[in-house]
Amino acid sequence: MPYIPHTPDDVRAMLDAIGADSIEDLFDEIPAHLKAAGKLDALPDGLSEMEVTRLMSERAAMDAGAVSFIGAGAYQHHIPAAVWEIATRGEFYTAYTPYQAEASQGTLQVIYEFQTLMTRLTAMDVSNASVYDGASGLAEAVLMSLRANRKSKSRKVLVPAALNPRYTSATKAIVENQDVALETVPFCQEKGQTLIDALKPHEGEDFAALVISQPNYFGSLEEVDALTDWAHANGMLVIAVVNPTAMALITPPGEWGEQGADIVVGEGQPLGVPLSSGGPYFGFMCCKQKHVRQMPGRIIGRTVDMEGKQGFTLTLQAREQHIRRSKATSNICTNQGLAMTAATIYTSLLGPDGLTNVAAHCHANTQALADKLTAIDGVERAFTAPTFHEVVLTLPKPAGEVLAALAEKDVLGGVSLAKDYGMSNAILVNATEVHSEGDLDLFAVALKEVLA
Amino acid sequence: MSETQLIFQLSHPGRSATSQAPKALSDDKLSAIPAHLRRKQKPGLPEVSEMQVVRHYTNLSSKNFAIDKQFYPLGSCTMKYNPRGANRAAMLPGFLNRHPLAPESHSQGFLSCMFELQNFLKEVTGMKGVSLAPMAGAQGEFAGVAMIRAYHDARGDEGRTEILIPEAAHGTNPATAVMCGYKVREVPVGKDGDVDLEALKAACGPQTAGLMMTNPSTCGVFERQIEAISKAVHEAGGLLYYDGANLNAILGKVRPGDMGFDVIHMNLHKTFATPHGGGGPGAGPVGVSERLLPYLPTPMAGQRDDGSYHWIDTDTLDTSIGHLSAFMGNAGVLLRAYFYARSLGREGMIRVGEFSTLAANYLLKRLEAVGCTAAYPDRRASHEFILTFAKEAKELGVTAMDIAKRLLDYNQHAPTTYFPLLVPECFLIEPTETESKEALDAFVDAMAAILEEARTEPDRVKEAPFTQPVRRLDDVKAARELDLTWTD
Repeated sequence: MPYIPHTPDDVRAMLDAIGADSIEDLFDEIPAHLKAAGKLDALPDGLSEMEVTRLMSERAAMDAGAVSFIGAGAYQHHIPAAVWEIATRGEFYTAYTPYQAEASQGTLQVIYEFQTLMTRLTAMDVSNASVYDGASGLAEAVLMSLRANRKSKSRKVLVPAALNPRYTSATKAIVENQDVALETVPFCQEKGQTLIDALKPHEGEDFAALVISQPNYFGSLEEVDALTDWAHANGMLVIAVVNPTAMALITPPGEWGEQGADIVVGEGQPLGVPLSSGGPYFGFMCCKQKHVRQMPGRIIGRTVDMEGKQGFTLTLQAREQHIRRSKATSNICTNQGLAMTAATIYTSLLGPDGLTNVAAHCHANTQALADKLTAIDGVERAFTAPTFHEVVLTLPKPAGEVLAALAEKDVLGGVSLAKDYGMSNAILVNATEVHSEGDLDLFAVALKEVLA
Repeated sequence: MSETQLIFQLSHPGRSATSQAPKALSDDKLSAIPAHLRRKQKPGLPEVSEMQVVRHYTNLSSKNFAIDKQFYPLGSCTMKYNPRGANRAAMLPGFLNRHPLAPESHSQGFLSCMFELQNFLKEVTGMKGVSLAPMAGAQGEFAGVAMIRAYHDARGDEGRTEILIPEAAHGTNPATAVMCGYKVREVPVGKDGDVDLEALKAACGPQTAGLMMTNPSTCGVFERQIEAISKAVHEAGGLLYYDGANLNAILGKVRPGDMGFDVIHMNLHKTFATPHGGGGPGAGPVGVSERLLPYLPTPMAGQRDDGSYHWIDTDTLDTSIGHLSAFMGNAGVLLRAYFYARSLGREGMIRVGEFSTLAANYLLKRLEAVGCTAAYPDRRASHEFILTFAKEAKELGVTAMDIAKRLLDYNQHAPTTYFPLLVPECFLIEPTETESKEALDAFVDAMAAILEEARTEPDRVKEAPFTQPVRRLDDVKAARELDLTWTD
């Protein structure tokens, strides 16, 4: 019996203590005609660890072997060996939510350090212990902005079209049931940026917040100072959606414009979390001190024990569902503990210079890749705005066709913008510090062949 | 144990783990980034060596209780053994390095696992369709109630504004209903732990969108009137939502689909042995009956006639409630659950419900024998049960919280305390099927010793714990003098 320790003697002794004849007797409160006996026939027989491992190794191998230039919200980075060796130690891996603080000081201190690291990366005052991912984090930020913006009566938020479309769709799915509307701000077709001109029609209108993505989905860097000041001048809060790697090089949201952003969210995956088909990742969420009571999710505070010794504990729990029930700030019960632990270890290992160097190599490699690819006839940069580590290229053929042909050569050449933006010949490509010069050349050679 | 410094206190300007990052680039490589968008000051991250990092976080880990170290009888949390093999399988390079937007041609291995997992979950729950997209139980709940709303909306049935929830329910249920735009009406629970059926019937009406319930309930007993409840809600035009928090109790024994539920969520971090990770990540797949199939959240895995696998997304399922995350949820957790499902197989699934129920009933009887008071002494325990220490609190001034803290000194993790809210001074205890009889006996011995201490030297209990890295913490100070980040 995998993972069940009881011998027949144990079972007999336990039944005797209960005063039952059989295990089946323990289910005598369930109406007999509801019992599932014989209904699980579609399930296969159990396998040993060796057999399941062999099966899953074969499946995993089917998906391996390509060189990928796909980004679009999830990025390949070198992950130091120590990160997951420590994060998957049983003491972290198999611990529960730190409700019993005295027996959870390890997890609690890690979260406190994580909160500190995230506020330092984003130049914000406070952070929570993380939410599910960047996209659902934005949904939480939108709901939070409605609570935090006391001057606004609006249930509307301005969202740029240049935001990752997966963030927009997830946010819609989560907030629309509460009668919250997202209004789209178009981007400049030439620059690939969100311009103040596009916001002008909304001047003087009541919106709870403006979302600003840095970089945006196209990899373009937005003029964040002007956008932030415009939002504040119009009574809106600013929700920043940022890439954490970029934070080492790019102005952090706490320093945008005159007052800085009010709420910051983003996908934490680039900080030491593997691509792993989309999860588990973690969303980080920071804000100004004055909004902390409107923030959803778990928050850890430093305090003292009854002997005056430093300790860490869950705090501001009056915001949360297990206390407030229907009046909670969110229904969220978890954070992405393991992924967040990995990010804390990763960020500590990289340090300020290491993370800056990673960001710089991502940027430089993407520039180099764009140069190599645009040297091919008919391949051009779609936009003129400066970029961080992603760029949109237009091709002389439909993107879907080209990407499929590249995939046959085991080159995953980015993401098509056909479906989300109607740009049928455009692809979004990314390179990071993991790509060698040889990888970039491989892509260029393959693309040239496919387009020939 | 000594106070651990913060990683920031170990920082020394100029120190770094140099093998972990590429070398610095000359500034001309960054000339494409306009100066006014460049960060002016380096972020204040710690400057430490690789070994300092490894030692610091390894030392911190030792300050945690964990299933790998201790018995963890947390009610409704299902802290069962997390197979190491599942972790290794999910961390295979082919899975770990697969980008979520990789083309189907490079995703057949992953998709096949997800497609099979969907089918396994359908079979064990008796539902007609499953989506793996929700990233945690709370998100599964959200998806479930959002589907209920989508169903009523699609029928133009707009007067349904209320979700019914038994008062014993977990706090997420009402919080979720509100997130989906519903009002909450709580339904009382009777003295025997079953829902007050007459009160429920009276609460049902044209305003009822649905009922959310857990079965076995958070009272640790099987809801015997489930069919009558199902009938009452359905006759009023509402749908029935199953909170899968306690699915472990009935896995392989009775299926939510057969009980009349229209929509369920499962907590794979409970029932399917994926790790809790100090508070996440979880996975909260949803299953639905026939009439809610069009609304399942995307993406899902599908199979073509030629046997190949593909994604099902909103472009082909435009009635879906949509995406709940940027990609497809907590894929790595789903792979661990897939490993567990393959490892257990049909017979193993049936054993889960059987042996978790055996363990709970045994533990309850033994605890009663050493002087503990059951909240529902006339009922069978499910996979969990409630003790109440109202008598000890009144007569000895020793509360459930005190006993919980003292258990830590006996190297036993505390059960769930003060939940459900309707039983005073309570423990909700769930031993799971993976604990040996000796481990259960050791917990009984600890409880017997603590009850004795409560009578003879109550301060040992009231001031506990004594053996942990810290004593009881000042939560009031933590909330009043907020200190949420470290200042150098």
